[in-house]
Formats: sequence, C-alpha cells, structure tokens
Amino acid sequence: MSSDDEDFMSDTLSDDEYDNDSMGMLGETADESEYEEENDQFLEDTKFDKPQKKAYEVDFRALSANDVKSEQDKQINEVSSILGRSSEQCAILLRHFKWQKERLIEIYMDGPEQVLEESGLGQDYNISPRLEKVAGFECGICCDDEPGLDTYSMKCDHRYCASCYRQYLESKIKEEGEAARIQCPSEGCARIVDSKTIKLLVSSDAWYRYEELLNRTYVDDKQNLRWCPAPECEYAVDCPIRQNELHKVVPTVVCNCSHRFCFGCGLHDHQPCPCSLVKKWLKKCEDDSETANWISAHTKECPKCVSTIEKNGGCNHMTCRKCKHEFCWVCMGPWNEHGTSWYNCNRYEEKSGSEARDNQAKSRASLERYLHYYNRYANHDHSAKLDKDLYSKTEKKMTMLQSTSGMSWIEVQYLNQASAVLQECRQTLKWTYAFAFYLERNNNTYIFEDNQKDLEMAVEQLSELFEKPPDQLAQSKKEMMDKTAYVKSRRGILLEDTAVGLKNERWSFTVDV
Amino acid sequence: MSGSALKRITREFAEISANPLEGVVIFPIDADMFKWNIELTGPKDSPYEGGRFRLNLTLPETYPFKPPVLSFATKIYHPNVSNDDKGSMCLGILRSDAWKPSCKIVAVLEMARGLLLEPNPEDAVENSIAMEYKNNRANFDRIAREWTRSYAK
Ligand SMILES: [Zn+2]
Ligand SMILES: [Zn+2]
Ligand SMILES: [Zn+2]
Ligand SMILES: [Zn+2]
Repeated sequence: MSSDDEDFMSDTLSDDEYDNDSMGMLGETADESEYEEENDQFLEDTKFDKPQKKAYEVDFRALSANDVKSEQDKQINEVSSILGRSSEQCAILLRHFKWQKERLIEIYMDGPEQVLEESGLGQDYNISPRLEKVAGFECGICCDDEPGLDTYSMKCDHRYCASCYRQYLESKIKEEGEAARIQCPSEGCARIVDSKTIKLLVSSDAWYRYEELLNRTYVDDKQNLRWCPAPECEYAVDCPIRQNELHKVVPTVVCNCSHRFCFGCGLHDHQPCPCSLVKKWLKKCEDDSETANWISAHTKECPKCVSTIEKNGGCNHMTCRKCKHEFCWVCMGPWNEHGTSWYNCNRYEEKSGSEARDNQAKSRASLERYLHYYNRYANHDHSAKLDKDLYSKTEKKMTMLQSTSGMSWIEVQYLNQASAVLQECRQTLKWTYAFAFYLERNNNTYIFEDNQKDLEMAVEQLSELFEKPPDQLAQSKKEMMDKTAYVKSRRGILLEDTAVGLKNERWSFTVDV
Repeated sequence: MSGSALKRITREFAEISANPLEGVVIFPIDADMFKWNIELTGPKDSPYEGGRFRLNLTLPETYPFKPPVLSFATKIYHPNVSNDDKGSMCLGILRSDAWKPSCKIVAVLEMARGLLLEPNPEDAVENSIAMEYKNNRANFDRIAREWTRSYAK
C-alpha cells in the first residue's frame, strides 16, 4: 500500500461516521490528502478539519422525538413560571397560540380570563371531567335512549352518550390524525376538546397516538422545524431558514437517518435550483409528460448500426454491442469527439432568429429548448437510479475484490465512497438543468455552464471507472480515489458559485423566483 | 357499529318523510338504508328552474361519524359539481374535517338546494365554470339553462 493510500485510509477511519461525510455536510475530510498536490484552489476551501461554512450550506440540527418533547417541555415550563399556571394548562395555552410564546404572554397579561376561556380553560377547569347518567337522556348521535346510559359533555353542555363521544374522538385521532384542535362533536360548537376529556374517554392506544400527534403539531406549528420526509423516520430538523428567504438560498439539510432533503419545501435535495423553480419545473415536466416520456425512453438506437441499445449502467459513454460504435448517450454524438473537446453536450445553443420568426417554429423552438434541458435532467435522474443499483452491487464487488486482491474490507471502502459521490453529483447535475432552463443567459452564466460541464465530465469519467469488472477495479484504485475527490470538489465549486450568485442576486431568471 | 348507524338513519328518514323539504323528494328506500335516491327541483329564479335533478346520497358505514357522500346523477353546469360521470360534490359539511356527528342529512340536502340558488365559486371543483360564474354571469346562466333543458328533464 502506498503512503498516499495509508493517508486516505487513516482519514477514512478517523471519520467513523462515514455516511455523514459522504453527505458532504462535514466537509471534505477524507480525500483531500490525495488531492492536495494537484489542486491548490480546492485545497484553499477544504484543507481545515472544520472548514468554514460554505455558501451552499445552512445551519441545521436533527431532533429525535425525545428532543422535540423536551424542547416543548422547556417552553411549557418557562411559560408556566411566568404565568404561574400549571404546566398542563400552559401546554394547552401554547398550543392554542401555535407556540408563539411572546404573543401568548402579551395577550394573557392583557386579559387572562378571555385567553383561558378561548383556549378551553374556563373557570372550573380544575374540576375533573367525569361521566354522568342523566334521566330521560337520548343521544343526538346514535339516538340511544336506554336508561342508565353513561353520558358526557364538556362545559358547553353538548351532551352525548359516552360511547359516541369516544368513537368520535378516536376517529378524529386515529383516522384523521387530529389532536390539538378537535372540536366538540356538536355542530357549530368550536370548543376544543381538552386533554383531560380525551384521557377520560379514549382507549389507551388512542391516547398514546394523541400524545404523539401533539408532539407533531409542535413541529408543524414551529417555522424553524420540519419533519424528515423519509418514510418511517421520526426525526425533525431544526433550521433557521424562513420561507421568505428561499429565493436567496437552497437549504439542503441531512437528517440523522441520512436522508438529504430541502428544508424549504421538503423535497429531495435539489441544489442548486431554488424551491420555486423546482416547483415550476416539476409542474412543467408533469404537463409535458407525454413528450417527456418519449424522450426519457430507456432504449435508443445506435446512431451507426441502428440496433437497439439499452442503458444498463449510469455512464453516458455507450458502446454498441453489435458494431462497437462508441457514442454519448445524451447527444448521440461519437464519444471520441467528447474525448478531445471533452463534454460539449451540456449547453443548448439557441437556434438563430430566422427560424423563430414564424410562430409555429417559435413554439417548436421552445419545445426543443425544453426538451434539451429535460433530456439532460431526465438522463441524470435515470443514471442516478442506475448508479443506485450499482451501489447495491458495490458490496458484491467489494467482497469479490477482497477475495481476489487480498485487500481488507477497509481498503475497499473507496468503492463505496465513489458510489455515494456519484449519486450525489448526479442529483446536483440533474437540478443544474432545471436551473439552466430558467436562467437568463448573460455574462454570468458562462461560468455556471463551465462549472456544469466540468462536473458532468468528471462524473462521467468516474462512472465509467466504476463500471469496470472487478479484476480491473483493483488496479484503478488510486485513479478512482483521485477521481472521486476531484468530482466532489467540482460539485463544491459549482454549488458555491450558484449559491453565492443566488445570495447576491447575480442570476436573472426568465420567471419569478 | 352499523347497528347504531342504522338506528340513526332510520330515525332521520322518518323525520324527513314527516317534514319534507321544499323542492326535495326522497324516494323510498328499497333494501339498503345506506343508499338514498333524491330529486331536487331547480329553484325559481335560478338558471336551474324547471329542472329535475337526480342525486345519490350514500351513507358511510361509520355514519354519522363520517359525512354522507352526495353526487349528482343528472348532468349539471355548476361550479361545485364535478363535470364528469361522477357528479361529485365536496364542500362545506360534506368534508370530513367540517362534518360533525350531530349534523343531519337534512342539513346536507338544504345545502345542496341552497347551492342551486347560490353557487359557491370560492370553493369550486370546476374552476373554469367558477370563473365563468364570477366574470360572465350572463353566459354562465345561459349554459346552465341550456344544460338544465337538455339533461334535467
Ligand atoms: Zn350515542
Ligand atoms: Zn359543544
Ligand atoms: Zn430522517
Ligand atoms: Zn426546496
């Protein structure tokens, strides 16, 4: 093993949360040693263990369900000591005020009675709720009038049989997921059902769910919190970015479950494209899905021998099995042209004005323009999925590599990392095309397009390396590690430039952001 | 569960039969108490005047904890009724978050009839019809009358 390799390994090892690192959040710690001789510019940005926050990074923190609970409790206790009321009452007050603590305190100080009444904490709140039997009672829900029926009403005096009341509450809690704002079952009565009533009436599993939902409303009510959208994930993320800042920043956060998503809109990480453009783009793709379907078809014909070729790896360098013609999957041009002029198919050359003169040609030109960007967007999307499949094959490759080359498990981790970086970069590239679609072309956009081209080229090269058969993989370890580091740095450069541009409002878009 | 629903539905049916609503006919129920056939008469001074509209009212098994489902079987030009073969309506107390178990079918039928008199374009299912209603009332009235003449016989 070379000393370079040793460097890499020890770095990787010291970073026991490998996943976090690959998510790019803690900065490039693992692979710079490989790279430093070659690229000083990159080194400037990333050499320190605790690098400065980059323009495309935002502060955030993941919170477990317990963290959420204790944060709530903290606020409840605070308000409780200020208002001199029980924590149970303050919880209700805070929820009623959607956790706007200052506002609650202010309004409470002005007139406590009214606040208490409105929050469902009227005078005799302290009396424990209980079931009652009422002579001559008939339930307005089930029409039952059997003598001796257990009944219940809150202070509003809307009385129903206990079993109907229970069924109503349980259906609200368990089926509709409501908790903090369940109203009295009587039509037109806006009284909120308090937690004591709920506890008295519902089954223990519904009560448990109710408490869980109360926790959720806390996160829903707070602007600085958002649930991780990954299925089954119970973490929330705390981030200071507000909705009105989203035209200036794309707040990608990483949950403890390792899911990367946008704090602004909850979708998958879509840097460098701002949320509003993402929304417009997705809508457009949906509206134009028929053409889009056509274009994103996974099979194409070899431009030379016209035999059908199916894409089965993430790399865009295609070789026709039949005639061995090498071409680029994206532009269908011969690959060797890309070899010298590198990657020249990322930019859409606007058609000259003569064609655009008549209206039909204009709409065709605009469709062509859209398809140009969509094609590349969809291609990276598709490639990312293929890369993901490769990811699952990576482990197999690693095991194979271990047995054929005698490398240890740790020594083959570079494959894992290459795969993770590939997927991350495809995701970024994909969104650069939506970004580019709405970008007004001016002097600023050339840098962007160059960055895009550089990243794309590097990604294709890494992707190609990655698809090599295992026996060749072992030999290309150094190359692959270098390439991985390079690709990662290119991504950082692109994101930094776009993020700074957004912040300074350097970009002009063809639509409102 | 459906036992208690049945008791309540039977009671409501008896009440409506005893005090019929103006312009609303409830057809006798054959076997299934959970499916009602209704006919609304287009109110006077509305573009639906003179029309007879057939509606289906379906009560969920969990009635009255969940709202009834109301749909037009007769084609109607109306911002709150979907212009397809379902003719569905979804507004006001027909929404499960607004429905309360103490609400009654009578209220649903009153709402439906009220909507014939005064559509609610702010809560539309058919946005283009709602726009027409708001911005070009004369044309809206004309089409609604035409449809009433052709379909609501
Ligand atoms: Zn009851
Ligand atoms: Zn009430
Ligand atoms: Zn998560
Ligand atoms: Zn977003």
